[in-house]
Amino acid sequence: MADIVMSPAEPQSSAGLPSDGVRRYIWRFFVAQREITPFIIMVALFIFFSIDSPEFVTSLSLNAAAGFAGPIAAIAVGEVLVLVLGEIDLSAGQVFLTTPWVMYWLWQLGLPVGWAILASLFVAAGVGMINGMITVLLNVPSFVATLATNFILFGIVLIESNDTEATPIPGSLPPQTSSVVPHVGFFGQVIGVWLWSEILWVVAIALVIHYVLKRTRFGVRVIATGGNLLGAAEAGVPVRRVKIWCFVLCSFLSGAVGIVDAVKYGSMDPGNAGVNYILYAVGACVIGGTALTGGRGTVIGAFIGAILIGVLEAGLTIIGVSTNDFYVYIGLIMVVAMTLNGWLDRLAAHTRTS
Amino acid sequence: MINDAPAPAGPPEGLPGNSEVVLEVKGVTKSFGPLTVLRGIDLNLHSGEVLGLVGDNGAGKSTLVKILSGLFPPDDGQVSIKGREVRLHSVQDASSHGIETVYQDLALIPQLPVFSNLFLNHEITYAGPMRLLNKRKMRELAKRYLDDINVYIPNVDTEAGQLSGGQRQAIAVARATRADASILLLDEPLAAMGARESRLIIDLVRGLAKSRMVSMIIIDHNFAHLFELCDRVNVMQGGRITINQRTQDTSLEELTELMVSSYRSQLQQALDS
Repeated sequence: MADIVMSPAEPQSSAGLPSDGVRRYIWRFFVAQREITPFIIMVALFIFFSIDSPEFVTSLSLNAAAGFAGPIAAIAVGEVLVLVLGEIDLSAGQVFLTTPWVMYWLWQLGLPVGWAILASLFVAAGVGMINGMITVLLNVPSFVATLATNFILFGIVLIESNDTEATPIPGSLPPQTSSVVPHVGFFGQVIGVWLWSEILWVVAIALVIHYVLKRTRFGVRVIATGGNLLGAAEAGVPVRRVKIWCFVLCSFLSGAVGIVDAVKYGSMDPGNAGVNYILYAVGACVIGGTALTGGRGTVIGAFIGAILIGVLEAGLTIIGVSTNDFYVYIGLIMVVAMTLNGWLDRLAAHTRTS
Repeated sequence: MINDAPAPAGPPEGLPGNSEVVLEVKGVTKSFGPLTVLRGIDLNLHSGEVLGLVGDNGAGKSTLVKILSGLFPPDDGQVSIKGREVRLHSVQDASSHGIETVYQDLALIPQLPVFSNLFLNHEITYAGPMRLLNKRKMRELAKRYLDDINVYIPNVDTEAGQLSGGQRQAIAVARATRADASILLLDEPLAAMGARESRLIIDLVRGLAKSRMVSMIIIDHNFAHLFELCDRVNVMQGGRITINQRTQDTSLEELTELMVSSYRSQLQQALDS
């Protein structure tokens, strides 16, 4: 039987001209590492703001950037998992706000802080489970299912809290003093109050999820389910279970960082709606190189996208541009990012087959 | 779960027609409500044999293949594998009996590399709760296996979506046979494929049958393709197998004529009654 030669052999990069090989390598790196493009835009913005207004690099502005980017990054990192499935979770922003409220509520009822945190995380995961069940078992599009849970959660918090602010969040600094409440000091200092702790938590989570998506069997299953639902099911991938797990993880992670965020600020306004966060988070995913079509996504990209949004917001504030302009810029960056991603995809197809 | 490389192929023994019967179908019937699709199918498949299944639309080919791949049970009749009667309740069930179905090239995940597609749901992982992928081992085994069955893919890290239709089909067939499949069901493997691409798949299918003794049932509308692919052709008409011919004993013209005359006589019977 003749050998089946399906396409011309690839030239050995090491045997070719070194400059050519290096250039080829760099090019491939750009095409393959989708996160590089938003990273460059982010660094460029950072440099621009630093030059335009030297006080941008002061800790205050960076804190502002980190503070703005933290919640977005936290939600975006979990959201990537759901987006890779070809689904979307619009309730993650509300879960981010509801989870600390549940914790506060249980704490008020007399539960120890640790137990209150555990129970509220359980609730967060439960919301994800419900999202997944509605999507998978009732065949409701996830866009609708999670939009519905988003509103229901928002409503429940408003009703139960009687629209009064939840404060102080256990573990946080009491508003009028500078001393940490002794019995909850551990949570306060390590988990929440320090301004950078939230972003560091998100970095840690992002690295773990990135690793899970790229290196584990579960990651392959997520990509397979999102890339070709029927094909994955035929190969024996338990696609329903994979979907439900992704919703659970997304919700759980949003809720966990939500607690950290609430501890940082010390109070929680039930009137604050999660939709504000989730739309930025989906924007961050898109800017980072995750398509909403499923099968493809980058956690690192989503994180960079969130930081980019944070840098843009803080930067525009510091150079004195109206915050209203911020929305226009975000929109423009999203369009450019999406176009660029499509272009890179086609380019990737071209370089791989030629 | 750790899969080792497929065992080296055993030596082909004798003509396919003389060897062991691996699959036997006896009197299988199937109705969907008032519509009777299969009216008693008798069919057998030998080790390393490639059997073609032709027939008009609605003759029951797909229904038969779906019963064999475990998608639904027959109303009556029996299916035996290597002499033992089996009941195929699910795709998993069929798979555990060594029956794999290739649903055209659509079964691959375009965003995953070739090696991941080959090992989909049978990934080689390191021990531990995280199930970390042993990509190096999977790459190595994928390369070796594709070499073994003479499928040349320059780089197993290429995403399946970047491959041609023929290459994807070859990977789909390779995946099905990699997991120790002894019986392969192929639904129009050459549909929408150019001449060169068809050639690749024909060579691959013939090669797998001869070197690994994989038995196959191939559904195709194209007689010319079937003649090249198959050792034997079964024609299905109105839920029955009406013609059973070894390709070496007949010709394309003869078979076409047989089919037409059988069709005419059926039509005549229907008109008479």
